[in-house]
Amino acid sequence: MTVHNLYIFDRNGNCLFYSEWNRKKQAGISKDEEFKLMYGMLFSIRSFVSKMSPLDMKDGFLSFQTSKYRLHYYETPSGLKFVMNTDLSVSNARETLQHIYSNLYVEYIVKNPVCVLGHNLDSELFSSRLDAFIRALPYYSPRAA
Amino acid sequence: MSRQSNRTTDSKKMNSELFTLTYGALVTQLCKDYENDEEVNKQLDKMGYNIGVRLIEDFLARSSIGRCQDFRETADVIAKVAFKMYLGVTPSVTNWSPAGDEFSLILENNPLVDFVELPDNHNTLIYSNLLCGVLRGALEMVKSTLF
Repeated sequence: MTVHNLYIFDRNGNCLFYSEWNRKKQAGISKDEEFKLMYGMLFSIRSFVSKMSPLDMKDGFLSFQTSKYRLHYYETPSGLKFVMNTDLSVSNARETLQHIYSNLYVEYIVKNPVCVLGHNLDSELFSSRLDAFIRALPYYSPRAA
Repeated sequence: MSRQSNRTTDSKKMNSELFTLTYGALVTQLCKDYENDEEVNKQLDKMGYNIGVRLIEDFLARSSIGRCQDFRETADVIAKVAFKMYLGVTPSVTNWSPAGDEFSLILENNPLVDFVELPDNHNTLIYSNLLCGVLRGALEMVKSTLF
């Protein structure tokens, strides 16, 4: 049971934050390209999901899974996007991502006048609190399953 | 493994008089610095904008409200949830334009203007212009983008 990595994107597609805990395999492309790829994929899949939905859409795209990992997605109305890859034992990380938004992002970034929104989040406090929070999650363990 | 302790209530109460007097001191100082009502209005709007851009995130985090479906819902959320949460007052939503794209928020009692009397030589000063800036900044962050 583990969390692999976490991305935070803003409404313009800039990757504000990335951190990994348990990533065995890299993507083979530079980090910039990886962020662009991730954002592009999210944009397309959200558009696809809403177009093809047979019913009125409520939350839209939530997560996808492969045989090895699950990607969880949470977006705020202000366009902030949280993406977390975990292993398959985590079925719903929406609350976790909401917690990261309300109690970590808003508290340590938004309320900090020195942190410029829209750029890479360079708050030591945010990084360390986020790291501590992830490690304290019930489904986190240092070794991947 | 112990969970991190979360702050369960985030609303820090503050003395409303301190808030009102601080705002009054702010506007007074701006008037002294700029000596021109139009300029002061602009500055208040700018400051409000910077506040609004960040306030919206705090609002979304605390109220867990999703996207509004139409403009009327937006007006209701602003009046009944947002103003209530931050200023403790609920303005009334009135004066809808025929096209439904303009409305007025009327504040019966505005906490910013308690004890305040504007002298005659500041006729064009919009004292609570900070609030307009806050609304502008906040709404700009949640406007619908091309999908």
